[in-house]
Amino acid sequence: MSRGAAAYFGALLALCALVALAFAIGRFPVSTGDLVGAFGAKLLGLTHPLPENVETVIFKVRGPRVLAALIVGAALAAAGTAYQGMFRNPLVSPDLLGVATGAALGAVLGIFLSRDVWTIQAFAFAGGLAAVALVYWIGSSVPRHDPLLALVLTGIVIGTLLGSGIALLKYLADPYNQLPAITYWLLGSLASINPSDLGAVALLALAGLAPMLLLRWRMNLLALPDDEARALGVDTRRLRLVVIAAATLMTAAAVAVSGIIGWIGLIIPHAARLLIGPNFGRLLPLAMLLGAAFLLAVDTLCRTIASIEVPPGVLTAMLGTPFFLWLFAASRKGW
Amino acid sequence: MREAFILVGVLCSLAGIAQAKPVTDGAGRQVSIPVKVERVYAAGPPASMLVFAIAPDKLIGWTRAFRPDEAAFIAPKYGALPELGRLTGRGNTANVEVLLRERTDLVVDAGSTAETYVSLANRVQQQTGIPYLLLDGRLDAVPDSLRVLGKALGEEERGSMLAEYVENALRDIKGRVSRTRPEERPRVYYGRGPAGLQTGLAGSINVELLEYLGARNVAAETKGGLANVSLEQVLAWNPEVILTTDPNFYAAVWKDERWQNVAAVRAKRVHLAPHLPFGWFDFPPGANRILGLYWAGLLLYPGAFPADLRPRIVEFHRLFYHQAPTAAQLEALLGEPGVLPK
Repeated sequence: MSRGAAAYFGALLALCALVALAFAIGRFPVSTGDLVGAFGAKLLGLTHPLPENVETVIFKVRGPRVLAALIVGAALAAAGTAYQGMFRNPLVSPDLLGVATGAALGAVLGIFLSRDVWTIQAFAFAGGLAAVALVYWIGSSVPRHDPLLALVLTGIVIGTLLGSGIALLKYLADPYNQLPAITYWLLGSLASINPSDLGAVALLALAGLAPMLLLRWRMNLLALPDDEARALGVDTRRLRLVVIAAATLMTAAAVAVSGIIGWIGLIIPHAARLLIGPNFGRLLPLAMLLGAAFLLAVDTLCRTIASIEVPPGVLTAMLGTPFFLWLFAASRKGW
Repeated sequence: MREAFILVGVLCSLAGIAQAKPVTDGAGRQVSIPVKVERVYAAGPPASMLVFAIAPDKLIGWTRAFRPDEAAFIAPKYGALPELGRLTGRGNTANVEVLLRERTDLVVDAGSTAETYVSLANRVQQQTGIPYLLLDGRLDAVPDSLRVLGKALGEEERGSMLAEYVENALRDIKGRVSRTRPEERPRVYYGRGPAGLQTGLAGSINVELLEYLGARNVAAETKGGLANVSLEQVLAWNPEVILTTDPNFYAAVWKDERWQNVAAVRAKRVHLAPHLPFGWFDFPPGANRILGLYWAGLLLYPGAFPADLRPRIVEFHRLFYHQAPTAAQLEALLGEPGVLPK
């Protein structure tokens, strides 16, 4: 078995084991028998008498949360992989063009205006898209500059501007009521995932993923300098726009329901690259598998280690850093 | 000639200092306060409320301007006082210069008396030369705070009168709670935030009311302040009563099927705390919560608390807000969906 196949096999195995574990544990006690019985009833139409609330917990609370962790983790990792390839820079995260900061500003505004959860999520999604659209519009209309550099710089300054908008709203928010809600949103959490959110997020994430998969071969060419890529017959400008739109769609959808979860979009692509090398077509699926498995592991810990929720942002770095350093030390593959 | 005027001015202000009276505040600090206090800045909403209750004409402004629905409960001349921002631990929006510009005689804050707030009080006092009174904001300390503040404001009688009112109310509430049997005390979940998944842990000021009423807060197994919890955890706790301060959550809880099997939802015991002109349950954590105690007491122990809250509300508003609510306002307060059982 080749090294790449081994990496895929390992990641898939880990993911399956984690999904089984994530369904089996949680704050609400569900016995293994009931878990198997509930799935049997659901999938095979078997009859199995369940204790009160168990079905709700498995299919409406825990299940959606497991799926959300998988989708959000995969989406962030995919967006990070695409950005790092396209910007030819390993320090790039999906927030480079301001999608997460824009989404955060949208969500904070929603909380500030005391809107309901659905509206807050819609604000976040719209904020993420609007921020990147603004950055792209400004960055691409600056003449006589390296287009990538113009985009990155515009992303940084607009991101800072949006950040100060968030700071202002935090400052003006009611300190007893709204400020804690804002703080919790910015820390990120999958706790308030609702089954009805899930369909929309999955659909948007898939809509973002499809062009990346279809263009996976050309994505490698984006890593070349623009003139070389163009010499090979690629319209870099258009390709770049498509990739940015796709990555933004995925990230905005994910962040709208999860809040800010850092680290995954930055580090998971590196981990995947260490395992399988830089070919985008092979790299993307592995990064998504690793991202999904990693966020699921983190979120399962978040919801089980204490009676209160632990913010995933705290655990991603605590768990991820040693894992990444080990991988870094053990690997011989280059970027 | 001019020098003489200045000399007289200096002598007068020296005389003012000489006439200062010492007051011990809620943190045990000795604060020397001028005999005549006319202009008082309250550093946060709980303090505003106390100063407003004792001496409304000495309050120079609010930390945040009233929204129209809140202002309706306050006499227009007080409701229209300027917005000065807050000057307390939770993010300042006021500038210390404002205190000087407004010729403030006294700064009052009420809330935590922890080291952070003591040092903040000392710093502002040193920097501005304006005496800074720090009062204890816990429910049990409200009578003492009213007395100390009454003395500082030169309104000892009114301070004592309000303190006695609060003492009687608290004693009455404790008596009613102590006459309930332990097994009658429901298991309560306090849900904050738009999704209802933030709650107050044991010892947090946010659930002081629940603890005061002897209710069993389901989240009390952990000590701390506010925290996020998972829906699964709430289902595992399966609370018998849910109290919330968030109208969005109150509306969602009846529609979201995941909440339908929770005991409190089944028994239709999910309730929304009134919030006008100041919140009844949680924020701001001030004397306004006295009404919340009667409200929550009625919901938790239906037989043990007076079923008609109206006389209590009218009396409290008259004493603390200087204006009894109109019949329509009472209806608006108590008739909002979720405030009282149907």
